[in-house]
Amino acid sequence: MSETSVITRIEPSRAWLGLGLGDLWRYRELLYFLTWRDVKVRYKQTAIGVFWAVLQPALTTVIFAVVFSQVARFESKSLPYPLYVLSGMLPWLFVYNAITFAANSLVGNTNLVTKVYFPRLIVPLAAVLAGLIDLALGFLILVGVMFWYGVHLTAQIALTPLFLLLSVLVALAFGTLFSALNVRFRDVKFALPFVLQVWMFVSPIFYPLDILSERARFVIALNPLTGVLHGFRASLFGEQFNSQVIAISLIGTILLLILSLFVFRNMEDSFADEI
Amino acid sequence: MRVIKAENLAKLYRLGGTRHNSLRDTLMEFVRFKRGDRHELWALDDVSFEVEDGVTLGIIGRNGAGKSTLLKILSRITKPTRGFAEIRGRVGSLLEVGTGFHNELSGRENIYLSGAILGMTRAEIQSKFDEIVAFSEIEKFIDTPVKHYSSGMYMRLAFAVASHLEPDILIVDEVLAVGDTAFQKKCLSKMRDVGKTGRTVLFVSHDMQAINRLCERTIWFKDGRIEQDGETSSVVGAYLHEQSLTGAERVWDDQAAAPGNEHARLRRIRIADESGSSVSSVDIRRPVFVEMTFDALNDKKVLIPNFHFYNDQGVCLFVSHDWSDEWRRTPRRQGTYVARMKIPGNFLAEGSVFVTAAVSTYEPFEIHFVERETIVFTVVDSPDGDTARGDYAGQLHGVVRPLMDWETEFKPKP
Repeated sequence: MSETSVITRIEPSRAWLGLGLGDLWRYRELLYFLTWRDVKVRYKQTAIGVFWAVLQPALTTVIFAVVFSQVARFESKSLPYPLYVLSGMLPWLFVYNAITFAANSLVGNTNLVTKVYFPRLIVPLAAVLAGLIDLALGFLILVGVMFWYGVHLTAQIALTPLFLLLSVLVALAFGTLFSALNVRFRDVKFALPFVLQVWMFVSPIFYPLDILSERARFVIALNPLTGVLHGFRASLFGEQFNSQVIAISLIGTILLLILSLFVFRNMEDSFADEI
Repeated sequence: MRVIKAENLAKLYRLGGTRHNSLRDTLMEFVRFKRGDRHELWALDDVSFEVEDGVTLGIIGRNGAGKSTLLKILSRITKPTRGFAEIRGRVGSLLEVGTGFHNELSGRENIYLSGAILGMTRAEIQSKFDEIVAFSEIEKFIDTPVKHYSSGMYMRLAFAVASHLEPDILIVDEVLAVGDTAFQKKCLSKMRDVGKTGRTVLFVSHDMQAINRLCERTIWFKDGRIEQDGETSSVVGAYLHEQSLTGAERVWDDQAAAPGNEHARLRRIRIADESGSSVSSVDIRRPVFVEMTFDALNDKKVLIPNFHFYNDQGVCLFVSHDWSDEWRRTPRRQGTYVARMKIPGNFLAEGSVFVTAAVSTYEPFEIHFVERETIVFTVVDSPDGDTARGDYAGQLHGVVRPLMDWETEFKPKP
């Protein structure tokens, strides 16, 4: 593959012109290798390794199931409550971990950013994609738990990947934004856990949407995760979709993603100087 | 065919303000409609040149002269502030040993990872994999995590990957300054093959022998500008001549032309021995004094003198500031100051030591003047046997040569 005739022009940064997706495509193999590295390295030097991917949602589910079914007495209409919590915990933990890893990805790869060129977007992207392995493992566990509770699978389960894809977009939107901000403002490292904690409580992970008033439900629907959680559960358990909630979430996520990419592209030229 | 064209390239670094950024600072600046006090430094200033394909171009100059900044711009790691460059073909840059290596991964995995990061395709890496392993001479450990490698093995593997890059333009920064000599030669000859097959190589080094051997053309950078550009032997000759003119003492008689700004101005830098007389070479066992005379021009600034020491390979030996309580937070009154720093005996290795002298303020950050590698002195080891060298007469490695305490415990055989 000779690119001898290709002329690259190097000049001062200009205002954002495009997403640079062409460049990203040329470097797709690097994205593959960095994702593969992040997967390989994630559980290195841990005693129980990838088992954490299962243990994390399982333990949180047990804790929330016990606390909220005993104390707050939340109930989910037709579903066993622990199954309801687990089905929310999976996409949430994926988003949570993906954003956390992505936010620290550029700063954690300083040696790459300052020593070699590639589209910087690849770094947070790889951090998000690496979490998909955990998500897949968790999904298998979830299906197992569904069988154990005797929940019948419907054809609608084929739609779950769509909502998991939406969760990837949510994670990407926030992950890329925070990764870029973290280069200039290390405040992100301290603020992010707090933000994520608040986010968890305003997402219908362990409480059903219908315990909320109509008004509160509308506000909660503005949270891009609401559509993800609702859509994921509805397709999983064969329930009716609320197209309004899903549409709000989808549009919100896409707008957020565009905003994040815009911020990222505008900051990326100075990463090597500021990191 | 022309493969690189740089026109009026310039790079401005804003120091101080952009470091240790926090949201609060930015918000405060925003609210007050002012930017914090920032020190600006043109690391590269109006640099233009062109390179034809197949040329091995040497780039030389003192530390801080702009060489690395140029490589970073041509490698697309950072953007120029002004000007532009056009590059024809694929660029591979080696600015570090083992770019992208991950300690937890095995040698095999790192070959793929580092190869991909340096710009090879998976197919390329696969086809060259055996060759890379053979070149690295570490076949036996290829499936061991590199964190268990010795530094020598690590470097071999890293160079093996790097040497098998086949970009149209290869950019190499100083990385060959480390590693054992035999392997270095192997890499240099591999690089030379790259140059012979029509590829262009940009090679930054402090090693004039390597530059002479490898490069037909050389550019000498000085203070961010091109000082000379031409045939290697004449440029290297001129550079070495200037280096040799560097003495152990410099005096600025004309204060208007002396380095400095409205806060501080340099008068004199020199090397002295214990008796206080100026010297250009010192016995390794004796302390040596580095002295700077400067004027504080107003009563406003906290002025911190600092010295940076480099050997003739351009390796920074150490940096020292006057952090004493007396001057650390107190603005200096107008007048002339003599700042003297003592380097103990039995500390530096033998050879040339270049001294960079500066006076800075750290809150907010500002450099009032910096004179790069402005004086030089020679440290001479002694054959008397009472230095770290002892009775060994051969070449001793290391950038320092301290005299260490040794203890031995002995249990006689019962």
